[in-house]
Amino acid sequence: MPRQPRMMGPGGVEKAKDFKKSFKHLFSYIKPYLLSIILALTMTTIATVLVLVATRMLGNITSEIQLALKNNRDIDLKKISSIGIIIGCFYVINFVFHYIQNFIMTGVSQKVAYKMRQEISIKINKLPLKYYDGDSIGNILSRITNDADTISSNLSNVINQIFHSLAMLLGTIVMMFTINVPMTFIVFASIPLSALIMVSIVKGSQKYFRLQQNALGAVNGQIEEMFTNHTVVKAYSLEKKSLKQFDGLNQTLYVSAWKSQFFSGIIHPMMNFVGNLCYVFVAIIGGIFAIKGSLLIGDIQSFITYTKQFNQPISQLSSISSSLQNMVAANERIMEFLQEEEEPVDTDTVELPNKIKGDVEFTNVCFGYDPDKEIIHNFSASIKAGQKVAIVGPTGSGKTTLVSLLMRFYQINSGDITIDGTSIYKMKKSDVHSLFGMVLQDTWLFNGTVRENLTYGADISNEKLEEICKKAKVDHFIKSFPGGYDMVITEENAISQGQKQLLTIARAMIQNNPMLILDEATSNVDTRTEEIIQQAMDKLTEGRTSFVIAHRLSTIKNADLILVLKDGNIIEQGNHEELLKANGFYATLYNSQFTK
Amino acid sequence: MLKLLKYFKPIEWLMIVLTVGLVVLQVELTLTIPEYLEDIIALIGQSATSGEIWKVGGIMIGLAACEVVVIIAINYLTSHVGAGLARTIRRKVFGQVEDFSMQEISKFSTSSLITRCTNDISQIQMIITMCLRMLITAPIMGIGAIFKIFNKSKELSLATMVAIFVLIILIITVNIIVVPKFKLLQKSTDDLNMITRENLSGLKVIRAFNTEDIQEEKFDKINKRNANLNIFVNRVMSLLFPGMNMIMNLLTLCIVWIGSILVNKGTLEIGILLSFSQYAMHVLFSFLMLSMMFIMIPRAMVSAGRINEVIATPIIIKSSTTTSTKTNNGTIKFDNVSFAYPKSQENVLDKIDFEAKPGEIVAFIGSTGSGKSTLINLIPRFFDATEGNVLVDGVNVKDYKLSSLRNKIGYVPQKTLLFSGTIRDNLLDSNPNATEEEMWKALEIAQAKEFVQNLEGGLDFVLSQGATNVSGGQKQRLSIARAIIRHPEILIFDDSFSALDYKTDQLLRTTLAKELNHITTLIVGQRIGTIMNADKIIVLDEGKIVGMGTHKELMKNCPIYQEIAYSQLSKEELENA
Repeated sequence: MPRQPRMMGPGGVEKAKDFKKSFKHLFSYIKPYLLSIILALTMTTIATVLVLVATRMLGNITSEIQLALKNNRDIDLKKISSIGIIIGCFYVINFVFHYIQNFIMTGVSQKVAYKMRQEISIKINKLPLKYYDGDSIGNILSRITNDADTISSNLSNVINQIFHSLAMLLGTIVMMFTINVPMTFIVFASIPLSALIMVSIVKGSQKYFRLQQNALGAVNGQIEEMFTNHTVVKAYSLEKKSLKQFDGLNQTLYVSAWKSQFFSGIIHPMMNFVGNLCYVFVAIIGGIFAIKGSLLIGDIQSFITYTKQFNQPISQLSSISSSLQNMVAANERIMEFLQEEEEPVDTDTVELPNKIKGDVEFTNVCFGYDPDKEIIHNFSASIKAGQKVAIVGPTGSGKTTLVSLLMRFYQINSGDITIDGTSIYKMKKSDVHSLFGMVLQDTWLFNGTVRENLTYGADISNEKLEEICKKAKVDHFIKSFPGGYDMVITEENAISQGQKQLLTIARAMIQNNPMLILDEATSNVDTRTEEIIQQAMDKLTEGRTSFVIAHRLSTIKNADLILVLKDGNIIEQGNHEELLKANGFYATLYNSQFTK
Repeated sequence: MLKLLKYFKPIEWLMIVLTVGLVVLQVELTLTIPEYLEDIIALIGQSATSGEIWKVGGIMIGLAACEVVVIIAINYLTSHVGAGLARTIRRKVFGQVEDFSMQEISKFSTSSLITRCTNDISQIQMIITMCLRMLITAPIMGIGAIFKIFNKSKELSLATMVAIFVLIILIITVNIIVVPKFKLLQKSTDDLNMITRENLSGLKVIRAFNTEDIQEEKFDKINKRNANLNIFVNRVMSLLFPGMNMIMNLLTLCIVWIGSILVNKGTLEIGILLSFSQYAMHVLFSFLMLSMMFIMIPRAMVSAGRINEVIATPIIIKSSTTTSTKTNNGTIKFDNVSFAYPKSQENVLDKIDFEAKPGEIVAFIGSTGSGKSTLINLIPRFFDATEGNVLVDGVNVKDYKLSSLRNKIGYVPQKTLLFSGTIRDNLLDSNPNATEEEMWKALEIAQAKEFVQNLEGGLDFVLSQGATNVSGGQKQRLSIARAIIRHPEILIFDDSFSALDYKTDQLLRTTLAKELNHITTLIVGQRIGTIMNADKIIVLDEGKIVGMGTHKELMKNCPIYQEIAYSQLSKEELENA
């Protein structure tokens, strides 16, 4: 997917599939804070009322001046001072309340986001591995960061603004009516006008925003493709062709960009114009009333302020509704993830015996990632303690699947797998895991010190650690790292692929589990490092029942049992000689690889 | 940031000048409207007729209408200018990167170049459009409004100044507290991303080691820190809005309050009392806008800097003049060639000397980092040798016209790169004049004919971006067909057989040897099996040639070659070969 910057604005509104359900779910997170939210909202309401009253009182000062001038008397400055002090207090209280409300709501929204992230993090470990075959890492990642962010940044705004706007709207209407009824109706007349402008512009701009999004996607897509394929562009002199294509896309983007920019840019001035119209009409009508003597200048002044405040909530309406929709849509994605079916909890489990020998028995195992599409049919094999099993076959033939079944990462359709005679499905899942040491092709290390990575969950002294590391041939290069065992491994560290592989082998050695799963593929490593890795692996398999995804001839030849996989099926099994004699797939594979 | 401004086209400069003119007009209009309010107030005082008030009101409506027209015109211009600048810069950066050789690319990394060409430019576009409006409007509006108020009352102006001062202090204080935290916040978001990515990519390992608790604990720690930091920053930030509100409210109060005293003294008209607070708001808003610019511009500067870095990177590998038609005998000669990356002391390649005659197959082997890929990249001039000469058909590669040189070469990269589009398009990229027949022939040699025939649409099968809808081995075979179809003099395989299974690898090499025996072929390989039959095998170690000869010769006299060979095949297998 081409990268697309997140665009907010009239075009960037997402819709939830089931608004009500998602909203309910979101509400359950807010509920614990209901009391503080009510407190915050009460404060908003009081603060809003105070400001409205203050505006009216401010008008009264002006009116006092007007009356004094009209009647040719001195202005009652004492009276003005006392009103002024009250107004000032109102403004300060408004500030304090407003801030307290922000303070509370910030806390609430961040805590809600925190809780959601926490639940997602725990959920990740509870879902069956099968789930991750369908959903990409990027999607889950974006739930934890973007979606939770969308909720935290919109939640307080939406709640605050809805109440603030409502209080403001009602308050100004009441205040306007108390000043002058005909003028209030003039202001009301502007509502349909504003709505009309708003709707028509937003509609128009949405079209261009969509066009812009598409054009941006196309341009960014081309940039991504050309830059990643740079070598080929150069080797085949495709620069001109690619530039020509780019110019076309760039031009389309330019047109849609300025148009969407233009349309979204005129909403504000148009609304402003409507506001100005109101303002002028209020001034005119107010002026006429004032001449007749039924209205004071201070009233006009307050009324003008109310007119402006009246327009505010209306123009905020569309932004509140898009915030609300974005938030609910984001919440829906989180909700869907959190409501995915979890792996069943182990019940009626058997205690592990103290000493595990390592006899493994597959009996009539059938399995498919998709229950309708069985890929392992009726597989049986018996492995004695201490034996080495080599799993061979072309890429994509399902070698990792077999290993995953052994680890109980997936549930088999029928049949059974036993260790020392006990079904692994009767053991606790964590017990099954603790029986195996595992070295995978993807050399997963986490951000943390080398020591933390090696001991990962195991309790082991530093001396013992170094001793094992020496055996695994990692002690030497670990000590050459800045900080040695305490160097923090990050993505930027210059730890080579080979070193990482060695570290994961050392990690498996430290765990010292009775059985072993090993992936020999070391494709990104040069041959000399490979040699060292293989020595380390050989040391690791000594005396353990081990399952090796084999790439090396010597491993295969020395294996007690070779399982040959093709397209997910175990098509042959036996040792090297037996399989060669059978002259089947294994024999062809072997011959094509090592003969001319 | 300023450097990017030179990419405005003349017409865009004209638009900017026009914008400035229109803004002055707009400000004048905006600031005149309240004066008519004063008139109305004055009329009320004089108990004028409603007709007179309507007249003044009519003028106000006219002005407001003019104002909105002017603003829309400004908006039209700035939208054009912003989008136009983005278009020019985008084109400039893209064109520049297309001219880069691997040397310049390696300075940045591909993903960083992509971000610079996409996100950074979007960033600039947004900010330019906003800046144009605000940065031009704010000062003009501010100055205009200040002029208006100074004429009206010194005392009230003073009150306004005090308000501005308090406002600036508020903004600065909040920024001083918050800005350093922004960096922490960014880091904390990155950490959150990192730990989630870690948990997801390590899913299997975490379960296998039963360390779910450890990971959850780590996540909780980061999550908690992130929430607390966010709470702190947002709480400080949320001082701003109510604070600004209070300052404006109090200013309005002060104007009326002080104004009443002035009116009492007879030094102020009552109408000004009303219009003044509007002017004062304009002044405050101008300062607000400016201070917002000061927060936004530094962010844009980061993007601008990153874009400039790309544009300012000089292109080292330039085309020369020698053109040459394709012959059927490509020769390659390395004459004492050394190569080092810029700013690096150590040579990646050291005094390489060899020759490939027409039709020969030359193979390169060595551990990672031995310089194999770098060596063959010198031939199509993806890099330039730092010392010595690379000659193709007897001519120094630096003297060729680039397209002429590359036209001689069929190059198959290590990572298979195909373009989205049909298979036919991909082949035509290599040779625009290829016939249907030639295409099938090339696919046949590349062992791709069979599977392409089975694809829906055959040659017109549409590859997705990154060609994810065919397998790795199929991609590689298509990439080989693409190299063959241009009838090159020289074929270069940069470790291009690794995604093929042994059987196809072998079949492919046999067909190549049979069908294309006149083409000089260079192969970089990891598997001994792939290269064993080459006419000449060159063994590289730490950038030096440590062995050259046939498989048999090297097995006898080159210890490093033997080491590599034994690690892959058993003794008897090697001897049987």
